[in-house]
Amino acid sequence: MEELSLNILDIAQNSVRAGAGRVDISVTERPADDRLIITIADDGCGMTPEQVAHVEDPFYTTRTTRKVGLGVPFFKMAALMTGGDFSICSQVGKGTEVKAVFGLTHIDRMPLGNMADTMCILMGCNEQINFSFTYQVGEEIFSVSTAQLQEILDGVPLNSPQVMEFIREYIKENMDLLSGGAS
Amino acid sequence: MKSLAELQALRDSMKGKIGVRDDAEGNTRVVIGMATCGIAAGARPVLAAFTEEVSKRNLQNVTIAQTGCIGICQYEPVVEVFEPGKEKVTYVKMTPEMAVKVVNEHLVNGNIVTEYTIGAKTK
Repeated sequence: MEELSLNILDIAQNSVRAGAGRVDISVTERPADDRLIITIADDGCGMTPEQVAHVEDPFYTTRTTRKVGLGVPFFKMAALMTGGDFSICSQVGKGTEVKAVFGLTHIDRMPLGNMADTMCILMGCNEQINFSFTYQVGEEIFSVSTAQLQEILDGVPLNSPQVMEFIREYIKENMDLLSGGAS
Repeated sequence: MKSLAELQALRDSMKGKIGVRDDAEGNTRVVIGMATCGIAAGARPVLAAFTEEVSKRNLQNVTIAQTGCIGICQYEPVVEVFEPGKEKVTYVKMTPEMAVKVVNEHLVNGNIVTEYTIGAKTK
């Protein structure tokens, strides 16, 4: 994977499969202490301490369609190779929070990439889940949520291709405004 | 600059023609594998190309959805097209350019793009 936004899309799929009703994704750029922090938190089924211990192992997966689970190991590696940090907190029945910390300007930090595409797919294809996305650069914040969009849409499905296109453009333009187009 | 007021306008224009329901009978479903294998192989831009092209052509009754890993990781990105009353068509090793062609030839004109199907790639 060449973009952190692809890792986020991938990790968020675990929340979808965990039966989450709410998934909060945040991307925070802190130029002051040169950190980029990504969190993905859900209220899904959670994991036992044994599962949490295993989840960073590439040869551990709960799925039956194949024998490896690379999502979490990829994300962890991406963070650690920038002098960052990686943690998973989970409780059965409560949910899971994945947090990755990156060196913002570290040479090995992958670009955030197309976060608008990632959120557009997550929101459009999982209408039953309330996704929130918060993007913060220094003191400036942009945020959007499924609930907020659904209130305006008033029954028009989020997954209509026309609506998904709107979501993508809306997020992209607002993020560009904060980052000066350089994510 | 896109604003939420524009979303309101979009909603109003769409409300008139709601056969657009997710589960409406007669909807064609385009399902894209979006697990680690699919994502790493380029499924995200493929899904984006489908929504963009379907939206651009203003096709009604097409639903785009994601699914997990279906176990043929070596053929990702995998796209399945379900048309009511027809057999499922499985496209493999898709790219955004191929997605545009599938929208135009298969979804619009009703002709399966045989050379992109799993049957053609595994021969």
